Amino acid sequence: MASKLKTYAILSVLLMGLVFSGIGCIGSDNGEGAAPATGDTVVDTQSISVKGSDTVLPVAQYEAEQFMASYKNRDIAVTGGGSGVGIAALIDGEIDIAAASRNMKDAEFENAEAKGITPLKHVIAWDGISVVVNQENPVSELSFDQLRRIYNGSFSNWQEVGGEDRPIAVISRDSSSGTYEYFKETVLLGDEYRPDALTQPTTGAIVGEISLNPNAIGYIGVAYLDESLKALSVDGGEGFRYPDSENIISGQYPLARPLFFYTDGEPSGLTKEFIDFVLSAEGQELVQEVGYFPVK
Amino acid sequence: MFNRIYKEKVIESTLFSVSSLTVVILFLICIFLFRDGLALFQNFSFMDFAGGKFWYPTSEKAQFGLLPLLFGSLIVTAGAIVFSVPLGVASAIYISEMAPPRVAEFLKPFIEVLAGVPSVVYGFFGLVVLVPFIRETFGLATGQTALTGSFMLGIMALPTIISISEDAISSVPGSLKEGSLALGATGWQTIYQVILPAALSGISAAVMLGMGRAIGETMTVMMVTGNTAVIPAFPGGLLDPVRTMTATIALEMGEVPQGSDHFHALFAVGSVLFIITFMINLVADSIKKKYRFKVD
Repeated sequence: MASKLKTYAILSVLLMGLVFSGIGCIGSDNGEGAAPATGDTVVDTQSISVKGSDTVLPVAQYEAEQFMASYKNRDIAVTGGGSGVGIAALIDGEIDIAAASRNMKDAEFENAEAKGITPLKHVIAWDGISVVVNQENPVSELSFDQLRRIYNGSFSNWQEVGGEDRPIAVISRDSSSGTYEYFKETVLLGDEYRPDALTQPTTGAIVGEISLNPNAIGYIGVAYLDESLKALSVDGGEGFRYPDSENIISGQYPLARPLFFYTDGEPSGLTKEFIDFVLSAEGQELVQEVGYFPVK
Repeated sequence: MFNRIYKEKVIESTLFSVSSLTVVILFLICIFLFRDGLALFQNFSFMDFAGGKFWYPTSEKAQFGLLPLLFGSLIVTAGAIVFSVPLGVASAIYISEMAPPRVAEFLKPFIEVLAGVPSVVYGFFGLVVLVPFIRETFGLATGQTALTGSFMLGIMALPTIISISEDAISSVPGSLKEGSLALGATGWQTIYQVILPAALSGISAAVMLGMGRAIGETMTVMMVTGNTAVIPAFPGGLLDPVRTMTATIALEMGEVPQGSDHFHALFAVGSVLFIITFMINLVADSIKKKYRFKVD
């Protein structure tokens, strides 16, 4: 018994040793890989960091990768976290570019001013928001007014907007999402969301619920549209428009929003190079590859 | 001689400091949680928080009412207990009193596996299978309801309840059982009138701990309960969407500006949650100690 225990003890110590030495290896590999690069080119390597909106993240990430591939010794670190997180980091002077899917709020401007930061906005791409329902739902278009009434709680049955006699299950994103704010400003005109609206943590969860629930209505980024959902034409006052790329690029689709980079004052150095790259013909090509729309 | 005593002392004090580390960590978590939670009440009245009926954290005039979230957590947890206690206690009785040893040996590992399944997997199962089922069965607008969350949490609390109840039942002295059988009681009479009352304190502790498990669960409830911050009716509210305290924190922590009222409100909710689970654990512990069955 005792000897058995001893064997186990030795075995587990050996195993732990193996694991730890493994960790050590990876750590030192990284160190060796990174150290000479910075050591050799310490004069030339420039680096900036971009942080913010998860909506902008795929574009910013892709642009940064392509940029670093074409220009040597340029290091751009891109992280997500949300528009609010990025803007807060810009105000604290931790990063060079804040990515945002909404305008800065007044309180944020005041904070920035207090810390001597002058945020400057650059539109880098457009994102379309499509209103989606289940494939079985016969409704195919809604005006902004109808949408507003559905989302603020005045309408609760599909009959009221020309559909079947079914209750409406209203779905929204959580309040930390930039899309939540955008929809509230544009469609709800500042009204509160109805308190019984379902709140989903991710766009994926919205897609999942709507594809299974014939009563549901929700909003998602155009890049997430697929065959399991039905996108509605919406009327923002100038007739019904379907969210296809033609309508979004021409500016006729009313639920399109700009995506921003915020910088502290006029960008210079690598920050300027990177923003110029994003706005160049090549950069805007990349924007479309990711599923968003170029700046007109 | 001196060396041996010295060595013993060193080992003893090392082990002491390692085990008191838990207490220190708990204490630190407490301090940080309460410090940030209490900061809310500099700008927001405590009564509006504790008695508030609306949770509108990002409105112009923000409202941080605890009640919808608290009752959301309570209704989901209560539902979970209603499902899991009869199932759990019945399984525990079967495993420890009736099952042939081989069957018990077969069942136990499966119950442990149930405890090891990640909560996101439960959530995914609930979303894809249970949510459409509940919607169709009850003819609801959406299947993301408190009941759905209760079912899932009930399943997740089962392993805790079964294993602790089983411990309690098997620790009832054999002499009691033998005495009862010798007096001519049937097997079921013995279980029902002798063993269960004797194990009652352990079973109550198991129920309390199962409750603690259910009230603290986040991912699963966030995925299946719809996250609607409305005070639920009881028991009709079981078929409405609800939002729990845990889901609120998980949903909104991502993009809340650090140091804002909303940020502190989430910490305040976290403090409430901490106090509740702490109390549940204390009560479970004292029940277990105070009413431990003694045979003289």
